[in-house]
Amino acid sequence: MANLELRQVGKWYGNYEAIKSVDLSIADREFVVFVGPSGCGKTTLLRMIAGLEEITSGDLLIDGVHANAVPPDKRGLAMVFQSYALYPHMTVAQNMGFALKMAGMPRAEIDAKVGEAARVLQLEPVLGRKPRMLSGGQRQRVAIGRAIVRNPKGFLFDEPLSNLDAALRVQMRIELVKLHQALAATMIYVTHDQIEAMTMADRIVVLNRGIVEQVGTPLNLYHRPANLFVAGFIGSPKMNFFPGRVQRADASQVVLALAGGETFIVPGPESPPAVGTELTLGVRPEHFEMAAQGPLAGTVDVVEHLGVETLVYVRLASGAIVIVRTDDLSRVRVGENVSLALRAGRASLFDSSGAALFHAMPE
Amino acid sequence: MAYAMKGAETAGRAMAQDGLARGRRRSSWLLLSPAVGMLALWAFVPLAMTLYYSFQRYNLLYPERRGFVGLLNYQLMVTDPSFWTAIVNTLLLVLGVLATTLVLGTVFALLLNQNFRGRGVARLMVIAPFFVLPPVAALIWKNLLFDPLNGLIGWLCTLMGLQPVAWFTVHPMLSLVIIVAWEWTPFATLILLTALQSLDSEQLEAARMDGAKPMSRIIYIVLPHLARPMAITVMMESIFLLSIFAEILTTTAGGPGDATTTLTYLIYIRALLDFDVGGGSAAGVLAIILANIVAFFLMRAVARNIEE
Ligand SMILES: Nc1ncnc2c1ncn2[C@@H]1O[C@H](COP(=O)(O)OP(=O)(O)O)[C@@H](O)[C@H]1O
Ligand SMILES: [Mg+2]
Repeated sequence: MANLELRQVGKWYGNYEAIKSVDLSIADREFVVFVGPSGCGKTTLLRMIAGLEEITSGDLLIDGVHANAVPPDKRGLAMVFQSYALYPHMTVAQNMGFALKMAGMPRAEIDAKVGEAARVLQLEPVLGRKPRMLSGGQRQRVAIGRAIVRNPKGFLFDEPLSNLDAALRVQMRIELVKLHQALAATMIYVTHDQIEAMTMADRIVVLNRGIVEQVGTPLNLYHRPANLFVAGFIGSPKMNFFPGRVQRADASQVVLALAGGETFIVPGPESPPAVGTELTLGVRPEHFEMAAQGPLAGTVDVVEHLGVETLVYVRLASGAIVIVRTDDLSRVRVGENVSLALRAGRASLFDSSGAALFHAMPE
Repeated sequence: MAYAMKGAETAGRAMAQDGLARGRRRSSWLLLSPAVGMLALWAFVPLAMTLYYSFQRYNLLYPERRGFVGLLNYQLMVTDPSFWTAIVNTLLLVLGVLATTLVLGTVFALLLNQNFRGRGVARLMVIAPFFVLPPVAALIWKNLLFDPLNGLIGWLCTLMGLQPVAWFTVHPMLSLVIIVAWEWTPFATLILLTALQSLDSEQLEAARMDGAKPMSRIIYIVLPHLARPMAITVMMESIFLLSIFAEILTTTAGGPGDATTTLTYLIYIRALLDFDVGGGSAAGVLAIILANIVAFFLMRAVARNIEE
């Protein structure tokens, strides 16, 4: 059982504000991912929850209890560090049993718990080894094992997979999700990799420069980004953005004059924006299609065949590059002239402050 | 056919490279030889002369009674009780100083690794004794601190109503250990402080999350991390401590009696006070053997430590 609540939590390092008034509540057994670019304050926020970093302002509640001043080992949370932070001179078994030993648990009981965790994590053959004799994946598992044996209410992970190679990362991702189901514990997971966030999270918290940009389920964030930052950060390849000006608008559609000179008609909000308003049009790569006649025309710059799909980089007359994701492999050739049209009327409009105005999703 | 050609070609190239390597080796020897020659002269000539004299009867008081005496010098030395006293004294001095500097060095390193105002100045002050020349250090302690009449410690004793102690008479070896430890604590502190700074702070944080209190963190995380630098400190210090001389000469001159006569000092007495070149050389050779035994065990311990 662990639900967490952050109320206007802030952090100052000297006169640098690393975290600006974060409000967030995390339910019991939820898998929450903090995602954002490097330096946005993910680690700082996690360390404040862990108790390793003092909370400058605001309140942290764990299970309804005010926890700002509770020491880290009394919060019932276990942390897996990015560097794993294994104790190099202790064996795997000693590493995993250290917290229990510090708690004064009898030797036999420690051995039983460590053995059980080692079985779950398939670490039994290496229990007697020192960390430096382990592979990256095994070290990762030991770090997780060290957290598990304490039987914590919640787990905190700081970019735990960033030191692993791509194949292992995918595998560990799945194992962590399974572990979350098996342990039925609250998990907070920090990453800068939006794919990890999308694949693992119940809910994603997008951070940017110390503020929370949006909180929501992965699909919610993908389809209804609250602003330009989230729209650009979630999804790979990135959403295409086109700055433009409203030429005409009614209750069903907006006619945009793009900066490159093209005219683009997109579905619009019920209360139409005023003529002349500066807007940004956002279209995901898979929401474009090659058409005989389309509002955007350009030449194919690069074609990336990924097997299941193909990414086409189209250079517009203005020089801007548009990324199109397509499964139609036959037509595109480098250097060819193509026209692009919206697929199924999907597009997003953002106002000049970057906030989302409208997500066109005709059903 | 193509394969054979290729094989021959590779072989040819390998031979050419072999020749080149040989040439390079020869020229590198040529370039190295002056340095190696200097080193050989510098190290081996005195060693050879010491060995030679250790088998000679050669006392400068009666230089005419000279000649080969076999192992007599060695026999006289190992049957002389003062030789064994000197070995015990050497071990007492070295081990005493090692223990003191390691404990104090660790404490200072832990303190100086904290964040506090004036840390830079504090670090400088802890390191300062290292820059004081050994005879000067010994004289400072002898005249300004230990002296029962004029010394600071004697004055403090009288302040507290205690009888001042004539340190070099009552606790000669302890006094010596204190002086040498004072000189060498900065060295240990410096090495251990550097090592502390390389300790991954996430390990300490992980231990904190694991519920380890400050003392447990020192015992289970910090000290194991310091094991290797400690071994290196022990090795480096031992090399220098085995040859401690100036401090003894300027304070106790080996006394009272032979209470502070170490092996190094005994060699000095034999060779330069008794003018017994043969006996002194034999003691010197025995000291070399002893030092090598110590070095062997130290190196093995350190090597094992580094392998870990
Ligand atoms: N101990 C510290 N002192 C001063 N500034 C810090 C400290 N730790 C982090 N910061 C700053 O706070 C910001 C957020 O850091 P961090 O939480 O580590 O980012 P992230 O984990 O998202 O990459 C960064 O700009 C970083 O430079
Ligand atoms: Mg980070």
